[in-house]
Amino acid sequence: MNLKELYQEIILDHGQNPHNLKKIENFNKEAKGYNPLCGDKVHIYLNLDDNKNIKDISFEGSGCAISMASASIMTDLLKNKKEKEVQEVVKDFLEMIKEKPELSTKVLLEDEKMKLMCLSGVKKYPMRVKCATLSWHTLTSAMDGKQEEINTEKFD
Amino acid sequence: MNIDNIKKEFPIFNNKVHNNDLVYLDSANSSQKPQVVIDRIYDFYTKEFSNVGRSVHYLAVAATNLYENTRISVQKYINANDKNEIVFTKGATEAINLVANTFGQKYLKEGDEVLTTELEHHSNYVPWHYLRKSKGIKIEFAEVNEDGEVTLESIEKKISQKTKMIAVTHLSNVTGAILPIKEITQLAHSKEIPVLVDGCQGAPHLKLDMQDLGCDFYAISCHKMYGPTGLGILYAKKKWLEELPPYQGGGGMIKEVSKKDISYGELPNKYEAGTMATAQVIAFDQSIKFLENIGIENIMKHEKELINYGQEILRKNNSVELIGNPKNKGAVLSFTIKGIHPHDIATILDEDGVAIRAGHHCCQILHEKLGLAATARASFGVYNNKNDIGQLNSSINKCKKIFNLK
Repeated sequence: MNLKELYQEIILDHGQNPHNLKKIENFNKEAKGYNPLCGDKVHIYLNLDDNKNIKDISFEGSGCAISMASASIMTDLLKNKKEKEVQEVVKDFLEMIKEKPELSTKVLLEDEKMKLMCLSGVKKYPMRVKCATLSWHTLTSAMDGKQEEINTEKFD
Repeated sequence: MNIDNIKKEFPIFNNKVHNNDLVYLDSANSSQKPQVVIDRIYDFYTKEFSNVGRSVHYLAVAATNLYENTRISVQKYINANDKNEIVFTKGATEAINLVANTFGQKYLKEGDEVLTTELEHHSNYVPWHYLRKSKGIKIEFAEVNEDGEVTLESIEKKISQKTKMIAVTHLSNVTGAILPIKEITQLAHSKEIPVLVDGCQGAPHLKLDMQDLGCDFYAISCHKMYGPTGLGILYAKKKWLEELPPYQGGGGMIKEVSKKDISYGELPNKYEAGTMATAQVIAFDQSIKFLENIGIENIMKHEKELINYGQEILRKNNSVELIGNPKNKGAVLSFTIKGIHPHDIATILDEDGVAIRAGHHCCQILHEKLGLAATARASFGVYNNKNDIGQLNSSINKCKKIFNLK
């Protein structure tokens, strides 16, 4: 049953009650992301220290259960991570969601990786992969301090 | 042809989707094709293919006659006054762009207003936006009311001394509202304003009579009318096609070409530059015949029953909210389910073979007005029946179950 893999309890929980869904007061980096095909929107707020490590992270936005759950889990897992660690997890996640069977990063604990793997059900739904990756591309943009809004049509 | 078992005319329904019968509820996006249309494309390429309007050999003459026959069939089907009022385009989008471009070029200047509505598909807004950028025209929007309608009064309210064009949809692809085109045209003409109608949703579902409607331009999408993709029709009153400048330049649309100057061909060639979608035009004749064989009155009656039944069933379903409640409504049923995003609904329905569309349906202005980023939309065609609506409803119940809703 593909649908059960896609809509696991953890996805539904995060989708219906997303964590970190707010605008943090002391953000110093931000970026917006948009999926023009479906209208999903996300706005990532970061509080980075001088070494670009994430002190705090939150998001605002609207979208489907997959995109909201993805942003919710992502913000949970990347809080208090160093810049290099964030880059590694983002790369690992984006590779996994497209082709790799598992996550290989050592930055996350096994139970944290299991949470992320709950999103792997979208692999069987090519039209929905962008729902899962929107917040991740937007995070990268915020980390890099880019001004331009992320548009999922610009990514594979 | 009896509409009750019309599904068998469409071979796509012989296929399974995720091991389920296909319940196709996305006809407002594009309709499925009857066997006669598919066969006609195959036969034309197999036995009759040639380019049209140029060579004198046997195949060219036969193909040209077939191509022009479709023009005459369309003229009759929409009751246009003259066959040269029918221009083939690559789609309804190109038809509207053709008018915006040529009319804008010749008649619009800075400060002039084009009046459209909040219901419009992007294809009846973006081409006018180009003129806003290039010529400094203004675009006014007649407001949609709570029921998802645009009334004659709301159009009248936005007409000013500077209104130079009224561009409105015949049937909303989101709320299903059918606009009073005849009355809008009468009002506009009393103020000497031409009217363009986006007929993408109107043409497949309503009786078309250009002389009765009176509009100046009417854009048709053939792939929504059980015809091939890559083909649209612009109906335009002859005086406009004669007065307006050509749109695209190229072969087939000229009279005489020299190094110094060019003169343009007569109608309808003036607006059909280059090799046209020949096979599609010839196959579209079969789409018209298919519609005529069922009878538009029968189609309208059948689809009215479906829409009434669909509204009745979905209204009884807790947590389903229907978008718009127009008094005069076409074959579109847009809805939301509280707590489930439309894209999740569409994915879950697809698993049961139920094909709907989710998103803003190319109507972002309307969705902003509704305060919704997206809606789910079930839209009907001749082949749908009450069982399809029953399946839609039970698949919606499955969504609610997956999302733990009551």
